[in-house]
Amino acid sequence: MQLITCPWCGAREEAEFHYGGQAHVPYPADPHALSDAEWAEYVFFRDNPKGRFAERWVHSAGCRRWFNAVRDTATHELLAVYRPGEPKPVIA
Amino acid sequence: MTAPFRLPAGGRVDRTRTLTFTFNGTDYTGHPGDNLASALLAHGVHHVATSIAHARPRGIVAAGAEEPCALVQIEAPFPEPMLTATTVELYDGLVARGLRGQGRLADAPDPARYDTMYAHCDVLVVGAGPAGLVAALTAARAGARVVLVDDQPQLGGSLLGMPQTADADPAALAAELTAFPDMRVLTRTTAFGHYDDNLVLALEKRTDQLGAAAPAHVSRQRIWRIRAKQVVVATGAHERPVVFADNDRPGIMLAGAARTYLHRYGVLPGRRIAVFTTNDSAYVAALELADAGVEIAAVIDSRDQAPEEWVRRCRERGIDVLAGHAVNGTSGGERITGVRLTSGAEIPCDTLLVSGGWSPAVHLFSQARGKLRYEPALGAFVPAEPLPDVRVVGAANGDFTRDPAQPEGLPGQVLWAVPAPAESDGPDTRFVDLQRDATVTDVLRATGTGLRSVEHVKRYTTIGTAHDQGKTSGVLASGIVAEALGVDIADLGTTTFRPPYTPVPFAALAGGDRGALFDPVRVTALHPWHVAHGALFENVGQWKRPWYFPLPGETMETAVLRECRAAREGVALMDGSTLGKIDVRGPDAGVLLDRIYTNLMSSLKVGSVRYGVMCGVDGMVLDDGTVMRVSENEFVLTTTTGNAAKVLEWMEEWLQTEWPELRVHLTSVTEHWVTIPLVGPRSRDVLAAVAPDLQVGNDDFPFMTWREATVAGVPARVCRISFSGELAYEVNVVAWDGPAVWEALIAAGAPYGITPYGTETMHVLRAEKGYPIIGQDTDGTVTPQDLGMSWVVSKKKPDFIGKRSFAREENTRTDRKHLVGLLPTDTGVLLPEGAQLIATATVPGPPVPMLGYVTSSYRSAALGRAFALALIQSGRERIGQTLYAPLDDGTVAPVTVTDPVLYDKEGARRDG
Repeated sequence: MQLITCPWCGAREEAEFHYGGQAHVPYPADPHALSDAEWAEYVFFRDNPKGRFAERWVHSAGCRRWFNAVRDTATHELLAVYRPGEPKPVIA
Repeated sequence: MTAPFRLPAGGRVDRTRTLTFTFNGTDYTGHPGDNLASALLAHGVHHVATSIAHARPRGIVAAGAEEPCALVQIEAPFPEPMLTATTVELYDGLVARGLRGQGRLADAPDPARYDTMYAHCDVLVVGAGPAGLVAALTAARAGARVVLVDDQPQLGGSLLGMPQTADADPAALAAELTAFPDMRVLTRTTAFGHYDDNLVLALEKRTDQLGAAAPAHVSRQRIWRIRAKQVVVATGAHERPVVFADNDRPGIMLAGAARTYLHRYGVLPGRRIAVFTTNDSAYVAALELADAGVEIAAVIDSRDQAPEEWVRRCRERGIDVLAGHAVNGTSGGERITGVRLTSGAEIPCDTLLVSGGWSPAVHLFSQARGKLRYEPALGAFVPAEPLPDVRVVGAANGDFTRDPAQPEGLPGQVLWAVPAPAESDGPDTRFVDLQRDATVTDVLRATGTGLRSVEHVKRYTTIGTAHDQGKTSGVLASGIVAEALGVDIADLGTTTFRPPYTPVPFAALAGGDRGALFDPVRVTALHPWHVAHGALFENVGQWKRPWYFPLPGETMETAVLRECRAAREGVALMDGSTLGKIDVRGPDAGVLLDRIYTNLMSSLKVGSVRYGVMCGVDGMVLDDGTVMRVSENEFVLTTTTGNAAKVLEWMEEWLQTEWPELRVHLTSVTEHWVTIPLVGPRSRDVLAAVAPDLQVGNDDFPFMTWREATVAGVPARVCRISFSGELAYEVNVVAWDGPAVWEALIAAGAPYGITPYGTETMHVLRAEKGYPIIGQDTDGTVTPQDLGMSWVVSKKKPDFIGKRSFAREENTRTDRKHLVGLLPTDTGVLLPEGAQLIATATVPGPPVPMLGYVTSSYRSAALGRAFALALIQSGRERIGQTLYAPLDDGTVAPVTVTDPVLYDKEGARRDG
């Protein structure tokens, strides 16, 4: 049971959280200007890297707030957490 | 009863009290402080169990959790299978028997309580032996919050198995430890799992040692979930046997275990004892036992040269030391009677002590992903590199610093197995895993078939898969495989250590989460009325919903037909309180709802209600329900019962992650309201009777509006909405008032034969009207257009969630599945939900072209027949066609495809 640090509540057990997939995939400004392929890219396609990945989490069993995290998908190590709207942190 | 192998004095048992117990039908005695194994040995009982495959007699090998053989079943006070005699504390009235590999689960419910505890600490020390005690003391003196766990009833670890001295008195150390205010000492507690971020799970046995005297209010066992900043693994080491022919006879015991039985329990394992060792550590056992009056037949040292000072001390006591010899056979039946050496010499004895060296107990470290390396000097695997925030200390770390009181000696020899005697022709009796009856030959058969990994050999031979998980046999198996393959054991490695370290009862893992407490049960404020009136219940998520209300003698079918008839012809009511309800409040509430729903919600007038559908970005229907506008800035929406949490999370996600600028707050109010649909042509009369001030007429209170009103004397929100097609009202009152309002409606409806109905009737009524249930008639691949609900999709709004997907090529295909009605040609045929539909009257060969499937199917009182809803390819174009449903009994039922609305197509009944 990993600990995940909620940016509002602090470190809590991972069972309190739900995963929300890749972060920084904004809703397109004008979906109707997109081709079917471009729209499908937004709806269905997400990155799946081995290594560092910026992703969304929600503290479902706590404050119910969404936040972003950078996780190493190979080690599960959470390298950073940050609030929505904050820029993706630069990790050395 | 005398215990002939108990010394007249010594040990840590309480000789002032005598306990009686029964083993294999014979009564014995022991003392508090004994375990079952020590008490049996005190009576000279070595033959405890039977081997699983070959039915060979088996004895007591070890003195702790690593015991591979002595499996017992407890029969009283409560049956518990598969325990080792070395880990069962003795209590008065214990009834146990030896096992042949398998035990018997209790057939009665376990009356004991189990619980879960949580602890957080700076330092968790696992193991209260010399290394653990020092670690705990050091941490506590530095002011740390410390948890110390140990599986034994007393602190001391290996010290308990050594002569008692003043400078290593476990009791004094324990007293100093417990004086620290931030020190929690958990005895009888086994740390069995080491997980991410230093979460350690431990099993605490609280009342096992009390037997039938255990107080009922105290949990028998509990799981500790300990989160530690630092973990100190001080779990010691397990002595390793040596494999040789007939190495499994009762009376063959690890040398260190014999020391423990001597010093801790005051018990001699035998009268004439031979010792077979590859290292110095067994000498001390031989000397101490000799000093306690045992005849040591010989010390057989596999090394060519025996350590001088040890040999001298043996000679002083007249003990023969045979260097450069090994045991390669034993004689005896239920007890060993002698050993045979590689030289051919035979030595009579009643006990053989064995030491093949010591394997650090690295289980927790390895579970936490710590890497191990082979240490040739020890013949064992030790921690390779440190893990962050985990320290392994003492023998667990391979640190076997010599006791300064003991003489300097020689390095140990690594010896996995002694070759079988040349003349042997019977089955191999060189047991590697005693519990699994797996021999050296079995290992060689595995490597002979081409297996090269110890993991594969483990699974092929089952070595290391028994209750003890190979604590004594695992490294032996690696060593024998390495020798067979001619590879370095350092490269071969060991099998993976996985939790749990020792067996953990499922009851303990479940803790208090059993029976009614396993999962919350949600009931509405009206639930007691439903129970009192004979409702049968349906589980909808965690909710208990009335399914139907049978009268005496009714079946489900006749009850539902009666309930349906009441709703269509008279008046009926149901408990709709489980509908999800979300309060949407704020200046931008309308904007949010316009983006979430497919239709326009911001234009809704205060006092009106609108039906809405919400979709995912893929355009597939997520949920549906009604939205009422309470005021300029407040809406209350309803969701499907099972979707309430999901819809709230969905809306929160968009609000927080995409549109944080919207000034809206979302609040679940599901349980704040009792919701009562009042349905049927006479519903207006009933409502008028209980709400005399409310204008209930069609002009004053039209369809899809709602009114604040006083109903049965309490404030209510009454909606004119209908999920049945009938004239209907939905009465919403605060939950507290619900039961009184329900009773008032029942009373006011009595003259009209008001009938309570359940979810089954609700489903029939809505299906007759072609109203889909999201999640039953849809499956996440269905658009509003597929449901025939293009009317609910706004053409005016520039965008909403899902809109762009409606224009995708995939979503505009003409062969998409549509929701349609089905009328079986035989009006009595109730199609099974899930039945597939095909185009031909006979089933063609595979692959059968399937056009769709039945999603809902009922018998209708109003239609006088059975009917169904189905999702069918190009369904709307097939209306009027005949399709076929192959049934379980091999017949094929012809059905006519129809519009999904089968009852009151023109909607004439809606306004009464």
